[in-house]
Amino acid sequence: MLEAPRLTIRGGRLIDPASRLDVVLDLHVASGRILALGAAPEGFRPDRILDARGRIVCPGFVDLCARVREPGDEPKATIASEARAAAAAGITTLCCPPDTRPVIDTPAVARLIHQISKRHALARVLPIGALTRGLEGETLAEMAALKQAGCPALSQADRPIRDTQVLRRALEYAATFDLPVFLLPLDPDLAAGGCAHEGLVSTRLGLPGIPESAETVALARALALAEQTGARIHFQRLSTARGVEMLAEARARGIAVSGDTAMHQLFLSEHDLAGFNANCHLLPPLRTLADRAALRQGVAEGVLTAICSDHQPHEPDVKLAPFPETAPGLSALETLLPLGLGLVEEGALDLMTLIERLTLGPAAILGRDLGRLEPGAPADLCIFDSQLSWTVCPETWISRGQNTPFMGQTMRGRVSWTLLGGRIVYER
Amino acid sequence: MGSSLPNPQLDAQGRLRHFLTIEGLSRDLLIELLDQAEGFLGVAQQAVKKVPLCRGKVVANLFFETSTRTRTTFELAAKRLSADVLNLNISTSATAKGESLLDTLRNLEAMHVDMFVVRHAAGGAAHFMAAHAAPHVSIINAGDGRHAHPTQALLDMFTIRRHKGDFSRLRVAIVGDILHSRVARSQMLALKTLGVPDIRVIAPRTLLPAKVEEAFGVKAYHELAEGIRDVDVIIMLRLQRERYRGALLPSEHEYFQLFGLTEGRMGAAKPDVIVMHPGPINRGVEMDSAVADGAHSVILEQVTNGIAVRMAVIAMCLGNQRRADEL
Repeated sequence: MLEAPRLTIRGGRLIDPASRLDVVLDLHVASGRILALGAAPEGFRPDRILDARGRIVCPGFVDLCARVREPGDEPKATIASEARAAAAAGITTLCCPPDTRPVIDTPAVARLIHQISKRHALARVLPIGALTRGLEGETLAEMAALKQAGCPALSQADRPIRDTQVLRRALEYAATFDLPVFLLPLDPDLAAGGCAHEGLVSTRLGLPGIPESAETVALARALALAEQTGARIHFQRLSTARGVEMLAEARARGIAVSGDTAMHQLFLSEHDLAGFNANCHLLPPLRTLADRAALRQGVAEGVLTAICSDHQPHEPDVKLAPFPETAPGLSALETLLPLGLGLVEEGALDLMTLIERLTLGPAAILGRDLGRLEPGAPADLCIFDSQLSWTVCPETWISRGQNTPFMGQTMRGRVSWTLLGGRIVYER
Repeated sequence: MGSSLPNPQLDAQGRLRHFLTIEGLSRDLLIELLDQAEGFLGVAQQAVKKVPLCRGKVVANLFFETSTRTRTTFELAAKRLSADVLNLNISTSATAKGESLLDTLRNLEAMHVDMFVVRHAAGGAAHFMAAHAAPHVSIINAGDGRHAHPTQALLDMFTIRRHKGDFSRLRVAIVGDILHSRVARSQMLALKTLGVPDIRVIAPRTLLPAKVEEAFGVKAYHELAEGIRDVDVIIMLRLQRERYRGALLPSEHEYFQLFGLTEGRMGAAKPDVIVMHPGPINRGVEMDSAVADGAHSVILEQVTNGIAVRMAVIAMCLGNQRRADEL
């Protein structure tokens, strides 16, 4: 690997949620780390100057849930293909759920992902270890070994544990090693067979529903266990207003829980399923406009401290079928920032909060020293033009998965440079 | 990101190209189809039961779910219009061979089929096929999952109109498994479009879909006697056996006790009430034999009317195709 260059990022608007900094300043990078803000240290000679005037400079985004499909599902995508898309989207850290094939339940698989990711060096791809062996919800995975192999957290991906005793033990064992547990709050029995939010639209379209209670019942169970075990749970991809409310209550009572939602949940709703749009077949499903409003509020008020992409690239075939037979999920890395800026434009969030939810918030959940602009921190940076508009189209789309309901739409906000550990991994 | 998508069943001139759902079709269009069906009713009485409207056209019945009645009446309807008919019963084992629905469609299109009559277990299957069909091909939905069965609904409207005339004063009750019923969904939409002011659905809560009242503009009842009070039409739905396994109902016995239609209970309805059922009937579960075979029952008439109504739908879609060719 080449030595990271000395860089000066000139004249950008620096936004750093950790220090609440929002000011036009130069930023200097050396040896892969942030060297200084403002005046360069005496004698500093940059190899290159990036002209960031009129652009925003912020920490690289940390995405708590992005499938890269490798190992096991390479026809859908690879670490290389998705890390390239991430770099173009300003995302410097990707957390990859353990439902790869094989499952990330052994140190070998975790190390493989680290190795491939380091070889391409386009993004930090962090493997989330499995909570139970094979994600089968029966026996515990070797959590200490997974932690040693570089898993920052554990999860069941989209396969919730049915047996409450197993879940309790898994949480306790994970807490032994201070490993956060990422849970998708979804009751598998209440969600069984469903492919759309149980409500007005699923009733009209005759689609089997997933009720709100599939989320709230699972949340209630996990919250009770979190309270008893003291385990650190991070709830992923919340989709309901009631879910946000329950999380807020639990946090207010001092239970060590946090939550995020997926960016698309803040824009789409059940109504987008009209015409059986398979790119809106998602899990958890798109819910009501009232749920969407509550999720936006939850993000704004800090009940939800992170926004993830919930990136799930697919090959075209699995979306070319009648709606219930299609695979859920959308390709979401490249729309993360522009949709987020859409929230700012619509007045749902201020820019500082948006950037916090994409950087410092998720980094804190991971417990990693990422997501801040301070001297000495790794120079994972995103430099973007918040006004530049572009149209989502197959020709310029980088992820191998083109399964996005936003195809053809014009969005505002484009990344100019992405730096990973002080090296430029994307520029346009 | 709205729900105001163009109606996928209509061509650029607003004419019927596919028949996928009642949703989005105008009252005038439904009336036109009913009027046309009226004209086709006489064909069955002729010595030669055929009209040469669709000669040279090929209609393929593509049934991914088993059906006898619907497939047979579609076949007869197409034959009476002088079309050639292909029957393809693609059981689940054939899909297990790995051929996708899209591949099946493409292969048959390559054989120059003009119209597909599709039945599929997944909601949205007909919409999916229509979205991917070649421009000269029409798709008729013969039932997709729980979503729609628009020709059944149309033949029910036809039957109601023959008995009751005007839709604008009617009370209609639909009884049974609304949750899983594509028939009920299409019926509710059709009744609404035709101006029926009082539409009721009657079932235990486990068999009613979420927000059904809001979704379809109907009123939900959980008691049969109250729900059928003074109605002009009672539509009974078929109850599938597997509902007991899904913890939706305790037993056939209790269901019949509460929601089964008997002559005695029918007293609550109007004296000239008609009783309908899309078939096949579970006697002693949904209704008594005395009701099914009684004076108020129009169940067999529905079957006869089904052929005329399907002729009207096929003829209109193929006719619009022909005009499209000439343009």
